[in-house]
Amino acid sequence: MGMTVAEKILARACGRTAVKAGDVVEPKVDLAMSHENGALVINQFLEIYQGTNLQPKIWDPSRISIIFDHRVPAESPKTATNQKKVREFVLSQGIGKFHDIRGDIGGICHQILPENGYVRPGFVVVGTDSHTTSHGALGAFSFGIGATEMASVWALGTALNIEVPATLKVIVKGKFKKFVGPKDLILHLIGRLSAQGANYKAIEFHGPTIRTMSTSGRLVICNMAVEAGATAGIVPADKETVRYLRAEAGVKGKIDLVTPDRDAVYEQVIEVDVSKLDSQIACPHTVDNVKPIKDVIGTRINQVVIGSCTNGRLDDLAVAASIVKGKKVADDVRMLVFPASGRIYSQALAKGYIGALMSAGAVVMNPGCGPCLGIHEGALGDGETALSTTNRNFKGRMGNPNSQVYLSSPAVAAASALKGCITSPRKGTR
Amino acid sequence: MAKVVLKLGDDISTDVIYPGRYMATVLPTETPQYAFADMVEFNGALKARQIPHGSIIIGGNNFGCGSSREQAVSTLKGHQLVIVARGFARIFLQNGINLGLRTVVCPGIEASEGDELEITENAVVNKTTEKRFPVVPLPSARQSIINAGGLIAYTRKLLLDRRTPI
Repeated sequence: MGMTVAEKILARACGRTAVKAGDVVEPKVDLAMSHENGALVINQFLEIYQGTNLQPKIWDPSRISIIFDHRVPAESPKTATNQKKVREFVLSQGIGKFHDIRGDIGGICHQILPENGYVRPGFVVVGTDSHTTSHGALGAFSFGIGATEMASVWALGTALNIEVPATLKVIVKGKFKKFVGPKDLILHLIGRLSAQGANYKAIEFHGPTIRTMSTSGRLVICNMAVEAGATAGIVPADKETVRYLRAEAGVKGKIDLVTPDRDAVYEQVIEVDVSKLDSQIACPHTVDNVKPIKDVIGTRINQVVIGSCTNGRLDDLAVAASIVKGKKVADDVRMLVFPASGRIYSQALAKGYIGALMSAGAVVMNPGCGPCLGIHEGALGDGETALSTTNRNFKGRMGNPNSQVYLSSPAVAAASALKGCITSPRKGTR
Repeated sequence: MAKVVLKLGDDISTDVIYPGRYMATVLPTETPQYAFADMVEFNGALKARQIPHGSIIIGGNNFGCGSSREQAVSTLKGHQLVIVARGFARIFLQNGINLGLRTVVCPGIEASEGDELEITENAVVNKTTEKRFPVVPLPSARQSIINAGGLIAYTRKLLLDRRTPI
């Protein structure tokens, strides 16, 4: 019986010739990522060794990556102390793939892993962050876990009791209309599947639209696969994956592509034609409350956020800059832009995107998770509304339970910032 | 038997259970104060210790969706709450098992605040309405973690077994 990508990767990682959906396996982990919550992982990791005569030692420090992004620079003494604790631990254990708060190598974990070539097709990747699904964009099996589970991975090198997920096959065809793209596709799909439609399952993305999509776009769709509940989102690796890893991530050496068998068994096959798709908006307070833009045009907004692990990449900043260039953000709107990494920030500076955004009135912030999860900057006031290119709009997400968050593509966000209300870029730019 | 102290709907996110702005607080000993922090009344009752250990929260489908933050589990575990839901999001359920939060998957559950429930291995019995709702057992692989007393103890055991010279 043929295998899906998830099945193939998990079979290899537990040394078996084949596994099938429902099997329980203990895959070897190729890469284990944490961010500030590494502080909790350390706490749990040390607790594992309590009462034993074993020295707490990470199974393979070269496979651990820690990236500060959630609260950078630290917003409080508590966070600063946690970050200090992690830094000391990184040194003591010899963890190599550490990205501190820096303008050159720093950034959001889900951009840092791909742009440094840490993720390869066929890898098993775990991360103490639900959006770890992002890395399926490079053909890996990549999923989010909790801090205690990560502590266990640090100790053992394997993920315990993982159920091989059934896979939904999504076949995407058609050419996007101008200013419609990967974000609109994934919002549309989440609306169709619902927030729990892919719970405990993997989503494999196929079809000509995916094959011609850049890795940057694939990262968007895999990032948000978890918003339909998926354990993992996977784009089977192809020529574009190799191009990205070689040209943008500087990877040398052999790259193995893992593709599904022709007779792989899928739980369900879903076809999407994007040629007629218009911009999509996720409305408060769930990500699956998705509407075509025409239903919400004119909704007043107070803040626009462009960035995050979903839409803070160079192509996102490029489209936003192209829309606002030579124009002005509405007087009653705050436009916040945060590039996904220092590298992207530098590239956007060199290409003039940052200048165009700032001249229009946007505040360009340092790379990091920024306002997305309402921790230390860009909070909303009571009764205020944000339009954001991030991935979640749960009640209270941007730090205030008495506010509302709409989610959109960067093009919609930029066009809306100029008007002060939700606006289609397809009309706004003509 | 225990009382339902809170009834919630579908898709209760980790942002509702443990708002992101408290994420700098990580230790299980410190997280309980922020449980459902934006539901001021319920949070107040928890902090005032007016909710007895073992009390039940009823959830709809996809309870605990969103972030992987383990605080969303340790904050509930700290108050020894029991979560009976129609369904759970994957990471939350796994975190619950790992930390020993009692989670009961009960797809048909019907209960209101104030109802008294009895939870057995196979069913939840609503003593107030005298209705019985079957429970979906947790996968057997997860049971070994629960039996060991959580993932820390389970991993410790595996580590010791592995390092013991034969």
